[in-house]
Amino acid sequence: MIKNISNLGDAALYCDFGNSVNKEINSKVIRYFQSIRNQNIQGIINLTPSYNKLIISLDLTKTNFNKIKKIIENISLDPNENLSSKKIEIPVCCNEKFSLDIERLEKKLNLNRNKILDSFFNKEYFCYMTGFIAGMPFLGDLDNDLQAKRLETPRVRVPKGSVGITEQFANIYTFESPGGWNIIGNTPISVFDKSNETNPNLISPGDSIFFKRIDINQYKNFND
Amino acid sequence: MIKNYFEVFRAGINTTFQDKGRSNLHHIGIPLSGAMDGRNYLIANSLLENDLSSPVIEFAYQGPLFKYHGENINIAITGDVIFKIKRDMVETQGSCNKSYLIKDGDEIDILSTNKSVYGYLAISGEFDLKYQWGSCSTNTKAQLGSNNGEKISDGQKIIISKIISLKSTKELKHINTKIEKIRVIKGTNYDYFSKEGINAFFNKSFTISKLSDRMGMRLEGHKIDNIVNTNIKSEGLIKGVVQVPSDGNPIIMLSDHGTIGGYPKIGVVISADYDKLVQLTSGSKIKFQEIDLPEAETLYDLYQMETKNIISQIK
Repeated sequence: MIKNISNLGDAALYCDFGNSVNKEINSKVIRYFQSIRNQNIQGIINLTPSYNKLIISLDLTKTNFNKIKKIIENISLDPNENLSSKKIEIPVCCNEKFSLDIERLEKKLNLNRNKILDSFFNKEYFCYMTGFIAGMPFLGDLDNDLQAKRLETPRVRVPKGSVGITEQFANIYTFESPGGWNIIGNTPISVFDKSNETNPNLISPGDSIFFKRIDINQYKNFND
Repeated sequence: MIKNYFEVFRAGINTTFQDKGRSNLHHIGIPLSGAMDGRNYLIANSLLENDLSSPVIEFAYQGPLFKYHGENINIAITGDVIFKIKRDMVETQGSCNKSYLIKDGDEIDILSTNKSVYGYLAISGEFDLKYQWGSCSTNTKAQLGSNNGEKISDGQKIIISKIISLKSTKELKHINTKIEKIRVIKGTNYDYFSKEGINAFFNKSFTISKLSDRMGMRLEGHKIDNIVNTNIKSEGLIKGVVQVPSDGNPIIMLSDHGTIGGYPKIGVVISADYDKLVQLTSGSKIKFQEIDLPEAETLYDLYQMETKNIISQIK
């Protein structure tokens, strides 16, 4: 199922699953990721799954590229039905104080805000990967009519909890960070909890996400 | 009651607690972190007979100035560092790679690193630190690890929870050598760049920009021309990856890097050269040389053997 395994430097395997980005290819990446993780292979220090690639980082004092390549080529994968996948509801408030880029999007997409939000909320999203910053989920796919480019000049500070869209993806800023996605709302839920070492991430690759629209009062009362 | 601590008069530019770092968290967006220069980190702990994964204080360029309060303790500073120890109004010039007995009221003034970036201070004992995922390394970007994910700041107290008294001080005759070229293996998007761009990357020298930190090292001097696409579908990164964004100026991923990125990768710095790479100061020049995987693996084994050999010479 891996199309090609090459080396990324001297301490990582670059597993290529193809060039397209879709749920089917990504599910294969996730299946490999979870199976390799469950086997606790000596010398692997990190696994980085993404849309269609999996990077396997090595501790060179314990192993090397060829040894791990052989193991990965012959690995028995966990059955699909054992893969974990949760359904998660994320409340999002689109009050104007949170939807920082809604006007920009109306122009970019040539749609009014009600249309934009209707299209955004009436959908099930799939988590392709988490990362870049701790816990940030990359969710897809948005409908074609919502696909917009990044901001030309990224914001220096995107507030924690911001929900943004770019191209076919949506994401959630797990903490305040620089960023260039089009922000349409904010969630009162903490998506990344660094004090929870076992399960810091609310959302993991393979999970299904539903965004639920809430108003400003529900937002304010959410954490009471 | 707090008995043993350093009182920080001046924190320095980028002073953090670091250890070996945290692994197996890339998939949720958390990089390795840990001491940037692994060899000097190991030497610091070895000089004090510590467990080799013990936390140390890492500083960059200007280091901290602090006063010690408490029972006798040993310290060691490694890297290429200019520092002074002040006792009873008398200043002594410090030497790296040597352990010192520090007494109540002594001041340690780490003025600067010399033609290098990072230096390390280890103690014969334990700092009072919070661990996250098995590491106390501070990642200021994600606000993770000890010291609430923040740099050490002016006026704070660095509390020492345990002191191990050593019978003697130790010393190592060692000079941090430099290498002329940083060696690189071709990246997975090598063929995204023009012939001229690839030639420039491997034959010309680049200047290290001031905008370099624990996350990345930015280079300037020659634009690397992209002939395919200046973006790729975001995918995993590791430390040492050289990405080239659309402006053509290469960026090398360092220990606190973002875990995924969407710029094409022209190369990856070999593991054997990472410690030397991170010590190159902003404003200085860097040159690259292409090698293949078997060579890189041999060089890493040699580097490990050399590190063990250096540590075995501590007396």
